[in-house]
Amino acid sequence: MFKIFRRRKTEEAVKRSKDTWFSKISRLFERDTLDQDTWDQLEELLISADVGLVTTEKLIHKLRRRVDKEKITQPEQAREVLKEEIVAILNPDGRSTGQSYPRIVLIVGVNGSGKTTTIAKLARSYKEDGRAVLLAAADTFRAAAIDQLKWWGDKVGVDVISHQAGADPGAVVFDAIQAAKHRQIDVIIVDTAGRLHTKFNLMEELKKVKRVAQRVDAAIPQQTLLVLDATTGQNGLSQARHFTEAVNVDGIVLTKLDGTAKGGIVLAISDQMNIPIEYIGTGEQVDDLAPFEPRDFVEAVLS
Amino acid sequence: MFELLTEKISEVFRKLGNKGKLTEKDVDEALRQVRLALLEADVNLKVVKEFTARVRERCLIGEVLESLTPAQHVVKIVNEELVAILGGKQTHLTPAGHPPSRLMLVGLQGGGKTTTAAKLALHLRRSGQQPLLVAADTRRPAAIDQLKVLGKQLDIPVHAEDPKMSPANICNNALKRAKELASSWIIVDTQGRLHIDEVLMGEMEDVKKALQPTEVILVVDAMTGQEAVRVAEAFNARVGLTGLILTKMDGDARGGAALSIKSVTGVPIKFMGVGEKVDALEPYHPDRLASRILGMGDMLTLIEKAEAVMDEDRAKEVQKKIRTATFNLEDFLEQLQQVKKMGTMGQIMDMIPGLSSLTKKLPEGVDESQVKKVEAIVYSMTPQERQHPELIDGSRRRRIAKGSGTTPQDINQLLNQFRQAQKLMKQLDAGKGRGLLSKLK
Repeated sequence: MFKIFRRRKTEEAVKRSKDTWFSKISRLFERDTLDQDTWDQLEELLISADVGLVTTEKLIHKLRRRVDKEKITQPEQAREVLKEEIVAILNPDGRSTGQSYPRIVLIVGVNGSGKTTTIAKLARSYKEDGRAVLLAAADTFRAAAIDQLKWWGDKVGVDVISHQAGADPGAVVFDAIQAAKHRQIDVIIVDTAGRLHTKFNLMEELKKVKRVAQRVDAAIPQQTLLVLDATTGQNGLSQARHFTEAVNVDGIVLTKLDGTAKGGIVLAISDQMNIPIEYIGTGEQVDDLAPFEPRDFVEAVLS
Repeated sequence: MFELLTEKISEVFRKLGNKGKLTEKDVDEALRQVRLALLEADVNLKVVKEFTARVRERCLIGEVLESLTPAQHVVKIVNEELVAILGGKQTHLTPAGHPPSRLMLVGLQGGGKTTTAAKLALHLRRSGQQPLLVAADTRRPAAIDQLKVLGKQLDIPVHAEDPKMSPANICNNALKRAKELASSWIIVDTQGRLHIDEVLMGEMEDVKKALQPTEVILVVDAMTGQEAVRVAEAFNARVGLTGLILTKMDGDARGGAALSIKSVTGVPIKFMGVGEKVDALEPYHPDRLASRILGMGDMLTLIEKAEAVMDEDRAKEVQKKIRTATFNLEDFLEQLQQVKKMGTMGQIMDMIPGLSSLTKKLPEGVDESQVKKVEAIVYSMTPQERQHPELIDGSRRRRIAKGSGTTPQDINQLLNQFRQAQKLMKQLDAGKGRGLLSKLK
């Protein structure tokens, strides 16, 4: 039942993209023959979706090899192979969720990727699962970021631990963990300031936040989620690399998938860094968040 | 900023430069590399195709291939075409015939509109204008507060109302407020919206109708991928864009969006956001950016930055000191601090011809902490030691190390650096600057 619901969400999320870009891919395989033109057009479509040249070439290479080896002549069959190869890249079994409670979820990302909104959605989703949630306003840098989180906290009905603007983010997390212990909290979601992954000092600060959480109670498992805007281009790879180096990213939340952006960069990230996608953000409403199911996703876009 | 792209393209041209004569095949191979580099930089596929086709056509004319320096010719053509794509000449903000001039910022969510609004207001005030900020993003939680906080920091008035008001009405009231305040520029921050959201795109048209702006600026995240062009096209169709501001250019985004949008929509890029601080907004110079992409450096921006942070009289004094060989550790420290004001070491090296490929090897922040270390060491010296570093012996060295929280080795290293700087400066003064760059390398 839940699975069906999830699948419907994924389908809705990609519907708009499907109508344009993905249908073009599908149409490629509705012709009578497979030829060089098919591969050239597939390459263009994948690059236009921000999949990136490296992963695109790899994908097409694999696809063509299998087409040769398995003596596939029907475009229809080739499409099925393409689906399989994309699902394989998205590593459907590598998801990091399913840890025990209590847990700390650290939300990181560059400026404007949608961290605060994602936190509100996550909080709501945990709450619906019957979990006690606490938010930590560790973005003490951006003007009014704390107010924004509190506004969402009110709306979703969860408490927010905050300090003043400019306070030490580590101290906020420290207090949040202490408070969580007294209040029997299952999930602490930590909002951090948006930072460009190339800023040395800000990345050091992020490491410290993680260290503080570990020091307060090393027994609480931590999950670090990187929030990535679906319109991001090849720079997404660099983001994933730098954030992983600093705080070991466990999964990706792909946001703003409600536009025409395909978020193809996650394919490149999955392929080259093997970081799974955990959730997709599909709109501005607080329940517009769906767990990411690679098989459903690919099925939905390429059916 | 464009390190990776720069590196790739320089590599291509270095290879090309090794050949005395070029064949059609050589050109095609070089262009294939350029194509890869551009695509990896998120340049729009269509733009890449047109670009390489145009360059190829120009390169294959007989006189290019048969010239004595074909590689230089090819570089020149690529550079020219790149400048053409990046937008030809620099464009400024256009004021209205009758003040106040009105500017509205539009864009997707999270592009950096609110921060950019504050940066623009500061930029305008610094050029003698009286800006008024208008908070018309009534949708994102705390967006109005964010603009108010920024306005307060800068001491620039912010017109804000109840978020239940329609943005168009807020703009009407803001126009009245601007009259009262005798503002010369109104800068309206609008909410982020998807270019396919019919309702919100319609609302944006209402704001435009109410405001009658002279400038409608699209704020674009430099990290945007292939989608950038479609977004720009959609906004342009609805509200007629007059310019673009590219944000988050201080990261390692290769900013291919910059190359693409102008070329496809014809809308010029006017500014670039290069940091989180409110003064981190740079006018956009297409020619400079093109030469930066090609690894030719951007000396003009560097010189302008140097002029902005350095006191001319003080510079003359230092020059005199160098000449009379009385340049001491205090001056050395001051020089370092001034260089620091111009940006991080990486940013500066990026702009120096031939050094940009080294930038990647510098982890950001390292230079900052080194300057701090030097500061601590120099401040732990007595005034006499600062003026006569040769006085520093083993015992003094230990004392300074203790005082500055460093090791005697650090002190030695600094003294060595200082001596090298002294030497270098003497050479510069003697007009031997020609070999400077090779020494730095």
